[in-house]
Amino acid sequence: MGFGPFLLLALMEGLVTAAVLSLAAVGLSLVFGVMRVVNVAHGEFFMLGAVIAWFVAGLVPGPAWMAFLAALVLAPLVVGALAAAVDGLVLKRLNYDPEATIVATIGVMYMVQQAALSFYGPDARPVAAPFDWRFQLPWFGYSGYKLFVVAAAVAVLLAVWLGMTRTRAGLVMRATQVDRDVARAFGIDVERVYMGTFALGAGLAAMGAVLYVPISQAHYLMGHDPLLLSFIVVIIGGLGSLRGTLVAALVIGLSDGVISMFFSPTLAKILATLLVAMVLVFRPQGLFGAKA
Amino acid sequence: MRAWAVHLAVLAALLAAGLLLPGYHTTNLARILVLATFAAGYNLAFGYTGLLSLGHAMFFAAGMYAAALPAWHWGWPAAPALLAGTAGGALMALATGALALRTAGVSFMIVTLMFAQAFALAILYFNGWTGGDEGFVIPSASRHLFGTSLAADTPRFLAAWSLFALGLLLSLALVRSRFGRVMVALRENEERARMLGINPFAAKLKVLVISGAWSGAAGAAYALLFGYAGGSFAGIQYSILPMLYVLLGGAGTTLGAVLGAGLMFYLTEFASSVTSAWLFLVGLVLVVLVLFAPKGILGWVRARLWRELP
Repeated sequence: MGFGPFLLLALMEGLVTAAVLSLAAVGLSLVFGVMRVVNVAHGEFFMLGAVIAWFVAGLVPGPAWMAFLAALVLAPLVVGALAAAVDGLVLKRLNYDPEATIVATIGVMYMVQQAALSFYGPDARPVAAPFDWRFQLPWFGYSGYKLFVVAAAVAVLLAVWLGMTRTRAGLVMRATQVDRDVARAFGIDVERVYMGTFALGAGLAAMGAVLYVPISQAHYLMGHDPLLLSFIVVIIGGLGSLRGTLVAALVIGLSDGVISMFFSPTLAKILATLLVAMVLVFRPQGLFGAKA
Repeated sequence: MRAWAVHLAVLAALLAAGLLLPGYHTTNLARILVLATFAAGYNLAFGYTGLLSLGHAMFFAAGMYAAALPAWHWGWPAAPALLAGTAGGALMALATGALALRTAGVSFMIVTLMFAQAFALAILYFNGWTGGDEGFVIPSASRHLFGTSLAADTPRFLAAWSLFALGLLLSLALVRSRFGRVMVALRENEERARMLGINPFAAKLKVLVISGAWSGAAGAAYALLFGYAGGSFAGIQYSILPMLYVLLGGAGTTLGAVLGAGLMFYLTEFASSVTSAWLFLVGLVLVVLVLFAPKGILGWVRARLWRELP
């Protein structure tokens, strides 16, 4: 293969990374935007989604796409319910204090990780893709499912965007985001909005994981990278900005694909983490956010 | 005066425990005291100054590698390696603090987390030099201090105890000094401290460098006493542990670090003998502490029993 096809492959891989990133990050962004809570356990919700997909694949007979659809419905529901419980039992009692909630979600992260290790085990296990179709380019063949992931990410982001801007629930969430006291004065049940947002954010992570797991494997420590990368995307894009998150996912995903292909994945991650730190230090509103 | 007496009594009790208890506990205590030194350094930043860092593993690991790499590559003896480790932690804190302290609160937490992550990844990336994830064993020639081998139980404990004692007495002197009051003032109300003529950035940077030096010394001692350095010590878990110890023992109390480290160590020991799910315990303790006892054990003592507890 010459340089051109190599670059094309790197960009395609980067596009898939960007799709996975935006799926993982959109929930984190939503939770931070509305609740001002940095959810360190977000990566574990992602991991739980993948693990549930594996369990469902074992339980549902028939073709792989049936199990896939079942997981796509079940995983967000289960993980969302768990997140709602975490919100009610822990975050609400902390009065959503930003620093205390970070420490508490670190605790939740360890508990979920350990639970997955105890009940699921230390092995990485594959989950079959819902369909098995490859298309042939002149230089290499490429998995059709990966392109499906990209399309699904676009659809999910579009749905979240429409939900936030066009529905009553989205309006209520945005009102809470802008000023929770005024929202409460207008009769909005802020605590219910918070619980719903937290569950929605976790559910989106789980859904992203169900989409992602066929091109990877389910493992109890798999939440670590999505968490880190989601942080990176959300911060570079500007905390709480959906459009920024999308742009940042594209930038980070594509550059990650190229740097990983031509240099090393570790170097790509080092550069991305340093970039985040620098963005927070010198441009806290994010590269694409409006000036605060 | 009473405070100094209490601290000296605690040190004497720890010394007696280390020398009289069977070898198994001597080794445990050595580990606890090194980790407590690390936590004490963290406590200066978090407990006294209110700098909630999620990246102290990078200071610990910087100290560890600043001591272990010269020992491994060039055969440095223990004493200069320990000094190099302390300097390594302080320099790392100076470099990252100068940037990270431009932010505050949640941003500060994430910036420190990201710097620590980049450092941990860099250790893996340069694995030809650092041994990467697998790490390396410190040559035994470098594990001698004043002619005694640090690999034996009792000398190792004594070395750990000396380091901890030095750290404890220094931190007691520090928090009771004028600068100690500045630290608490910054934690309680930064704006008011600024109006009183304190430069918050310079003061916080100074605290972070002291805290980094402490952590670096602990990291170096860990490598030299237990004979191993590896990439896992730079991981996020080693940023969480000192926070956990300090929260449990009592943030902003000089003795909280060692109390938290000791309790947590034996709690996980006990838990691992019953179940393999000790990580669950760590998470649970964190959540319970934040929810029900954000001041920790000694914080409760200070509120209820002895208001002058330093």
